[in-house]
Formats: sequence, C-alpha cells, structure tokens
Amino acid sequence: MDIKRRQFLKVAGLSTIAGLGAPAAFNLLLKGGPDTVSYASSGGEAEASHEAAPTGVRLGMVIDQRVFDANKGLAQKCTTACHTVHNVPNFGNKKDEIKWIFEVPFEKAFTGKSQYHKNKNLEDSSFLVLCNHCDNPPCVRACPTKATFKRKDGIVAMDYHRCIGCRFCMAACPYGMRSFNWRDPRPFIDQKTHNKEFPTRMRGVVEKCNFCVDRLARGQQPACVEACGNTGAMTFGDLNDSHSEIVKLLDNNFTIQRKPSLGTNPSVFYIV
Amino acid sequence: MLEKALTGSNKYWGWIAVLLAFMAAGALSYVQQYNYGLGMTGMSRDVSWGIYIAQFTFLVGVAASGVMVVLPYYLHNYKIFGKITILGEFLAVAAVSMCLLFIMADLGQPTRALNVLLHPTPGSILFWDMIVLNVYLFLNIFVGWVVLTAEKKEVAPPKWIKPFIYISIPWAVSIHTVTAFLYAGLPGRHFWLTAILAPRFLASAFAAGPALLILLCLIIKRVTKFDAGQEAIQKLVTIVTYAALINVFFILLEFFTSYYSNIPGHMHTLDYLFFGLHGHSQLVPWMRVSAIFGIVAIVMFLIPAARKREDTLAIACVLLFVSFWIDKGIGLVIGGFVPSPLEEITAYYPSFQEIMITLGIWATGFFILTVLFKIALSVKEEKMIS
Repeated sequence: MDIKRRQFLKVAGLSTIAGLGAPAAFNLLLKGGPDTVSYASSGGEAEASHEAAPTGVRLGMVIDQRVFDANKGLAQKCTTACHTVHNVPNFGNKKDEIKWIFEVPFEKAFTGKSQYHKNKNLEDSSFLVLCNHCDNPPCVRACPTKATFKRKDGIVAMDYHRCIGCRFCMAACPYGMRSFNWRDPRPFIDQKTHNKEFPTRMRGVVEKCNFCVDRLARGQQPACVEACGNTGAMTFGDLNDSHSEIVKLLDNNFTIQRKPSLGTNPSVFYIV
Repeated sequence: MLEKALTGSNKYWGWIAVLLAFMAAGALSYVQQYNYGLGMTGMSRDVSWGIYIAQFTFLVGVAASGVMVVLPYYLHNYKIFGKITILGEFLAVAAVSMCLLFIMADLGQPTRALNVLLHPTPGSILFWDMIVLNVYLFLNIFVGWVVLTAEKKEVAPPKWIKPFIYISIPWAVSIHTVTAFLYAGLPGRHFWLTAILAPRFLASAFAAGPALLILLCLIIKRVTKFDAGQEAIQKLVTIVTYAALINVFFILLEFFTSYYSNIPGHMHTLDYLFFGLHGHSQLVPWMRVSAIFGIVAIVMFLIPAARKREDTLAIACVLLFVSFWIDKGIGLVIGGFVPSPLEEITAYYPSFQEIMITLGIWATGFFILTVLFKIALSVKEEKMIS
C-alpha cells in the first residue's frame, strides 16, 4: 500500500469515528448528563408521571398490624387484590414465583429485631411485606439502564421495556421484594380475572409493587388498601403533608420499619 | 497472521473438533433457554444469580492475572517473562470473551443489551464493569497483536504501543476491583458487604490465573517446540504461592470477623457454606473440597521437590485452580444469596441446559485461546527454525 492511500485511510477512519461520536458527546454535554434523561415508562404509568404530582409529595403507607391480627383473612384479600389487578402470573412452583405483596412471620419481616421473649401476639402474626419505595433505593443505584427509577412522588417504578433482565436490582434490594419473569408469564395469568387495563409483562424482566401508580392516576386507592375497606388496616397518603391521615397516624403511634439501619429510608411503616 | 491457525497437526484439529462439539451443544441448549426463558436454569426468586455469573466473576480474575507477567516484564525489565507475555495477554483475551458471553447468557432480555450503552448510568457499577471489561479486551487484543506482529517481522514493537501496555497494567487491577464493587456495595447482602472483597478477589485472581498459565505452558511444551523456560515457570510458581497464601489469609480474616463478633447476620452464610444451616448443607461438601484442595496445593507449592517436578507442579496447579474456582464461583456468588433478605434458605441446583451452556462458553473461551496461542506459537516456532 503506498503512503498516500494509507494516509487517506487513516484520516477517513478518524473522521468517521469523530463524526459518529461527536453528536453523541454533544448530546450528553448539552443535556447535562444522565440525570436529565427523561423517564420512559410503559403502560399506565406514563400518564401519572406527566401529571407530575405537586412538588414535595412523598407517598407512603402505614400498615396497622393490630387490625390484621384481629382480621385473619384480611391480608389474603390484599394480596389477591394486588395480584389480580396487576395480572401477576401464577406458575404453580416456588422456583419461578412472582409476588408483589405477601405475608411473612415477624422474624422474617424484621430480621434485625429481637426475637427473644416476643410479644405472644407476634407468634402467629403474619406481616404483609411489599416494596418499600425507599427514598434512597439501592435498586435504583444498581440498575445499569435506569429501567428502575425513582419518581418525584417517591414511587420507585419499573420500565419493563428498558429492563435487560440482568437482575442486579434483585441482588441490590435488601428486602427481597423483587421478582423476575423466569418464563413468559402470559399463559399463567388467570383469564377469568385478567385486568385489561394494566399491561402484562414479558419474560426476562423484573417486576415489583408499583404503589398502584396506574390506579392513583385515576384517583383510586392502591388495590391492597382498597381491599382493606374501612378497617383502617392500611393507610396510604402523602408523608410530606402534615394534615394527611397517614401523618396523623405516624405522629400518634409508635411504628417500626424494615431494616432502617441500612439507610434506605423506606416509605412503609408498621404499627405492631 | 490468522492463517497460522488454519494449519496444524491432527491432534490440533482433533482438539478443535472437541471444542466445536461442546460449543455446538452449548449453542443448542442456549436456543432452548432463549425460547423458554431463564426458568430453564436452576435460578429462583431467592438465588437470582447462579453459575453464569459465578463463572463471569471467576473469569474476570483470570483475565486480570495477565498483569502478573506484563508488569514485571514491561515495568521492571524482567526479561525472563519476555517469551510468555503474549500468552498472558492472549489468555486475558479468551477470559474476557468468556466473561462477556456469560453475561449475555445470563440476561433476561439479551437483545436489549445495548441499553447499557444507550442509557449510560454512571451511578451503576454494572455500567462501569461493561466499560472496563470491553476496554481491557480491546487493550489486550491490540497490544498482543501489535507486539506479535513486530516479533514476526523481527523488529522491536513500535513506540506508540508502550502507552497502551502501561495503561493495561492498572486497568487489569481495575477490572477486578470494579467487579468486586458489584458485590461489595450492596447494603442488603452481608456476606458481600466487606471492604476486603476487592483485595480477596485480586489475591484469588493472581493465584488462579497464573496457575492456569503455568498449566498451559506445561501443555504447550508437550505439544509444540515452545518452552517457556524453567526460570519463567518457577517465577510464576512463586507468584501463585504468595497470592494463594494471601488469599487464604484473607479468608481466615473473614472467618475471624464473623465468628469472633458472633453477629448472626455475619455468621449465617459461612455457616451455610462450611457447616450447614438449619439442616441445609448442600454446598458444604463443595466448600470442604475447596479448602482441602487449596491447602494441598499450597503445601505442594511450598515443597521445592514438588514444585520443581513438572508432574507434581501440574497437579498442584489443577488443585489450586479448582479450589479457587469453587471458592469464588460457588462459595461467593451462591453464598451471597443465602440466607435471603427474608432469612430464607433456597437451594440452587444448576439445570442440565445451564451446565451445557456453561461448558459451551468455556469451550468457546478455549477455542479462542487455542487459535490465539496457535498463532503466537507458530510465530515463535518460525523464528526458532530460522
């Protein structure tokens, strides 16, 4: 190859790389970097995020375990309501199971608390556990594609179309609240109760409780809260609104949270 | 120079055929997994990473170990390693390729893999892992190829390759540190939440990688005319021994912190791995074998008669490699998920397809290694004849 051709190819190669790379670099600089990437969402979550809850809203939940203890079948109603409304599949085996909200005994929900000489009530208590929608979520930090992200109203949401299924968020969650679609979930959704208003997922993506962001957009309460009726077992609302029912409950009752020492700052509280 | 991989003895082609067979079997299993979903593996809601990520973690270490020959030769002019730096670099290429394949095999939506590039997330360690691994792959291919070409032409390598070589040295350390950071920054996994995880990874890597390199040199000596030299091999043995001793020391440190503090959360995973926890002791035989193999290997390395004879040296290298493969792969990755954040114990057994895919990717790595080594050794053999 003579020198002139070599020179030409070198210049051509470098300019192609520069030409392809420059717009991308420009974009990144102008947009100010990854923090300003707009949050793509799927299904019903899109409308809610554009409506942008008024600044300073932080959604949270108080679970009054005393009510659940007094109404033994109530927790089951909550999990059924949630899994029905969100088309959570039932694979029939524990390995592949997906669960957004479920019951566990005290020592599994609150692993850091003393189990010695527990209150007798706690011995056959079962606690509802769900995504805590942490203010400082390790799962959001872990996600390499921002498929899971924190909204301004505090909800930690999932974009099922962005998720690459690496399951790093599942490793990161200190509460074990995330599930993965190890198979195609669609054949395993109960057709009789299929909710056409909420998207079904595809295999290979992670999912979890979304604080019923789709129902909130329609002015409804989360499904689990609604299933409690007016028992007061679950209260949902704005933790930043000092006049809200939830804040009054928190002001007047001693509550505990799951693994608070990890600094995740969960939004779910329990009155035990 | 690629044409050098297209000519070879019957033994060479026989080996290639075996590798291709495993690769084909792995590919078939992958098609099955791709159609069904990752449910075809033994992974579950509680143990959400299995042997794919375990192999990835171990192989990042093997890839990083290339620095153990590059650093002495290029930074300290240790001429003895001159013949084998190319082997170290090409081993790194094969290892990183395997890492990337294992990650792809483990993804729930592999066709979306480019999302990591399209939506850069500097807060995520996985983003940085993707960057450092791919750059390291490029560095080793580039440096290896340029230096080998120069050797073929019997000239000194061009000066502009030096910066790339120098960068590859801290970069090797970085790939394994970043991989350790994947684990060491997760607040919910107490077994991984230790500052010593990155040093542990590096120590284990700098023992297992060169041990494999020694094995490869011993095999090469038998199937080609290339002899790495007694001095180079023995120096590698020294490196492996020190790194292995440091790794064992680090493991003992973990045992001390967990058991002396007596904090249940710290002890539980070690209990599960080495002694059994609440009746679950599925991994105990594996970890004990790993411990025994490791100790025997180190003792053999420490006895001069054992480490100088090629047959005992080979055995020691195999034992060490297997020991550290179990410790890092099975012990570390699976152990981190047990007990789950809800203190539950779920057993993990890889499925048949999972094992076939794993073997297929290992075969692919060895295929790449064989081709690259064939090219490098052909160049060296030609020089020896001329």
